[in-house]
Amino acid sequence: MVSFNLLVLVALTYVAALFAVAFWADTRARKGRSKWLRSPIVYTLSLSIYCTAWTFYGAVGYAARSGLEFLTIYLGPTLVLVGWWWVLRKLVHVGRAQRVTSIADLISSRYGKSNLLGVIVTLLAVIGTTPYIALQLQSVTLAFSVFAADRQAGWNLPDLNATALWVAAGLALFTILFGTRNLDVNERHSGVVTAIAVEAVVKLIALLAVGIFVVWGIAGGLDEIAEAIHASRIATWQMDGARWVSLTFLSAAAFLTLPRMFQVLVVENADERQLATASWAFPLYLLLMSLFVLPIAVIGLQTMPVGSNPDLFVLTLPLSQNREGLAMLSFLGGFSSATSMVIVASIALSTMVSNHIIMPLWLWLRQGQPGASQSGDLRQLVLVSRRFSIGGILLLGYAYYRFSGGGTALAAIGLISFTGVAQVLPAMLGGLFWRGATRNGAAAGLVIGFALWAYTLFLPSFGEGGVISARLLAEGPWGWQWLRPQALFGIGGIDPVVHALFWSMVANTTVFVIVSLASFPNPLERLQSAQFVHALAQSTPARGWMVEGGGAEDLLILAQRIMGPAEAQELFQNHASRQGKEGYLPDPTPDFIERLERELAGSVGAATAHAMIGPIVGGAAVSVDDLMAVADETQQVLEYSNRLEAQSEELSRTARQLSSANEQLTQLSLQKDAFLSQISHELRTPMTSIRSFSEILTEAKGVLEPEERRKYATIIQDESIRLTRLLDDLLDLSVLENGQVSMDMQMVLLSDVLDRAEATTASVVKERAMVITRDHSARSVTLRTDAGRLAQVFINLIVNSVKYNDAANPRLDICVSTRDGQALIDLIDNGSAIPVDQRSVIFEKFSRLSDQAAAGSAGLGLAICREIMDKLGGRVAYLPGQGGAAFRVAIPVVEAGI
Amino acid sequence: MGNQVLLVEDEPNIIEAVGFILSRDGWSVATHANGETALTEIRRIGPDVLVLDVMLPGRSGFEVLKELRQDAKLADLPVLMLTARGQEKDRMLAEELGATRFMTKPFANNELLEAVREIAGRASKR
Repeated sequence: MVSFNLLVLVALTYVAALFAVAFWADTRARKGRSKWLRSPIVYTLSLSIYCTAWTFYGAVGYAARSGLEFLTIYLGPTLVLVGWWWVLRKLVHVGRAQRVTSIADLISSRYGKSNLLGVIVTLLAVIGTTPYIALQLQSVTLAFSVFAADRQAGWNLPDLNATALWVAAGLALFTILFGTRNLDVNERHSGVVTAIAVEAVVKLIALLAVGIFVVWGIAGGLDEIAEAIHASRIATWQMDGARWVSLTFLSAAAFLTLPRMFQVLVVENADERQLATASWAFPLYLLLMSLFVLPIAVIGLQTMPVGSNPDLFVLTLPLSQNREGLAMLSFLGGFSSATSMVIVASIALSTMVSNHIIMPLWLWLRQGQPGASQSGDLRQLVLVSRRFSIGGILLLGYAYYRFSGGGTALAAIGLISFTGVAQVLPAMLGGLFWRGATRNGAAAGLVIGFALWAYTLFLPSFGEGGVISARLLAEGPWGWQWLRPQALFGIGGIDPVVHALFWSMVANTTVFVIVSLASFPNPLERLQSAQFVHALAQSTPARGWMVEGGGAEDLLILAQRIMGPAEAQELFQNHASRQGKEGYLPDPTPDFIERLERELAGSVGAATAHAMIGPIVGGAAVSVDDLMAVADETQQVLEYSNRLEAQSEELSRTARQLSSANEQLTQLSLQKDAFLSQISHELRTPMTSIRSFSEILTEAKGVLEPEERRKYATIIQDESIRLTRLLDDLLDLSVLENGQVSMDMQMVLLSDVLDRAEATTASVVKERAMVITRDHSARSVTLRTDAGRLAQVFINLIVNSVKYNDAANPRLDICVSTRDGQALIDLIDNGSAIPVDQRSVIFEKFSRLSDQAAAGSAGLGLAICREIMDKLGGRVAYLPGQGGAAFRVAIPVVEAGI
Repeated sequence: MGNQVLLVEDEPNIIEAVGFILSRDGWSVATHANGETALTEIRRIGPDVLVLDVMLPGRSGFEVLKELRQDAKLADLPVLMLTARGQEKDRMLAEELGATRFMTKPFANNELLEAVREIAGRASKR
């Protein structure tokens, strides 16, 4: 007999292996080698989290109790996928275009970025999913108990509740490790998706293996199994039409609205073309999963002792035949089903809770404080709130498991859950296909549907005398028969699920439509509804911002806190260059703000992103022009205005380039002018001292003390050196500018170059008591470059910081990172930042910003840096938004192995 | 005639040189290295002759001179302007603003001494 300890060990090993897979996939994805991850097969397999422990264990039990009805659970999703062209295609397209993070975010975004709706859907999803998580806990616990059977007396573990608690805690830990491991709070989790795909394969193989064993190992072949089925009581099962239709509808609705399904279906979707493959591959997967359900159920009923739980046949059948290996595989299959569901569901729910409840609360608490100028990384806050949400969600699941008594059949719990989340369906479909749907309508429909579901199905599920008393169940509140939870309006005798589904959906949809028709959408809602409903037709998005003020730098600071510095800088830089501007700060055009908001929405949800950007940009969210554009929806007008817009976009880009060029030319001509007088000044100043002191020394031979003579001679010497250095710099620069210089390209380690620069500047740095911190993680970046020249760049930058850092305790941080084949070396000090209007000038010759600390500097350092970096194929630029003065040196790295 | 000179100049070595030359000739030399606070210093010390550099941190010598000439008490103070830029327009600007004398760096020590003596003498005769 498999010992209980061995089982635990196997489960833990399996989890560790999954973790390794996820880690591997994450690493690959980060390196941009995610081609395999983007394959439609992985996508299809990840959809298999639809098949939870309920499917794995419960389907057999379902078949044993209700015959072929279990098929409805597969039929719904199959219909949705086969008909993907109509609904799924649009849903996924909208979800990706709007960077939707969850189903709550979708609803909130569609109805004018309303956080109220976000909160409603989040609560609904959390409450609706709780029974489902309890279901997974129950199935894993039951599976453990089966194995523990022979160890101690009876078929039960000494304490099932303790096992469930351990399982819940383990899953919470596992999910936190999986889903919130790194700081990248972006909505995609390549590692998790890959692990889920692996689990999908494991559970399919396990179920097929048990099925094959049952058919050929126990029954003895296909003919025998057919006979057995014919002889069993399942053959006499009668189809209940209403239940059949309701359950098919229910599973189709749940497939679209379950938070975890939405997560894999829309949020994790890497490419819309994956859907086409999934449309046939996923139904095939479902078919394979259901192939052996009936045989297992029939043989189980035949061979297992009367009264044994049919939900566990998949495990107990192999065990009863002493096939322990097979039983172990089957256990792993069920374990896979449960873990993958819980992981994705709690990731999805925690995203919703953190984006729609915790972040808005946080924003609200900080109201009145200038949001953007706060320091600190918001990503940490987001991560922590997600971790706590995951823990809380699993705790809720455990609580439900305890209160519902843990005894209900698996399938029953699953259906309760399905009916709850299906309440989102009217608002979702209405949002995608009906312009007239409004926020108030959606909210009213959701609340009514949800309330009815809770009253007629969820609360009664705690059992008689649980939350709803037996008396109320039988007689209705205050004795009003027509309000009995399971027989509204006196229509009793229907199956409770069908009853609840019917009333909640009818009321939900009716209220949604009526309130929508009666209420008037606000401007932002209109804008969003146009974007959602016309998502597939219209390619240029309507504008949501009319920009009034809004510093690009504040936006950068905000973006850095949410997306992380590297991603934010890349986004800003790309957009700036698309506008024809150098550097990291694009003009805050409506276009750009729109794009930025969508990026941020990808991390914190549409409503929160909108609320965060609002105070910075300051403009009205929607302009009259935008509304006109929304109103004029005939294709011609749209096309015409699109063309005009493209032209004016083109014009304004050219204008921006011209004005930027003009500005530079004016600056340059002023500088050319200043150049001569500058150079004269720089040369004459040391010459003045030299001339004076040499005269003094010649005239006053006898009068001077030897001490004084030595001093004056030293001054002459120092000033001559200064002159020479100045001439060297000038020549250096002129040679660099004329391109007559040859670089001594060698393979070097970046860290060696930095060491060299630090060693050279050690004395001046020490004199100013400046602290240099360097992250030595950049150890192994290899460059092919002129080490001496590159070191000179760093030396100049360090010396600059020594000279101009005005902080009381000066510090310089040197951070190295690599991105897109470039090494990025950021030198960030804690002094004052360079004013915006000066940033384009500092790299010009003699452009010292002030005469402060003028001695020993001619203002050539940065100009030389720029020339050197040009020659080395890299760049040096001012890096805004870092607090102090900051420069970034970018230089191509040599890929390892070349 | 008093013998107090104030030298407003930011290059330490030039301060040293000019200071040496003038004090050897019997002048009492005070120095100041910042343009921003130069006027306060001038008013505090009340020199007989001012030697004023053009390129100063904080505020240029030209601006200092301009404001100085607007002050009735200082309108007659002899001012020797020093510049290392040596362009004709600088000389013109200096004269326009009321510099008593204008010299381009580098200079012969005697030249400087002569100039200081001369403008100090002229002022005292007036």
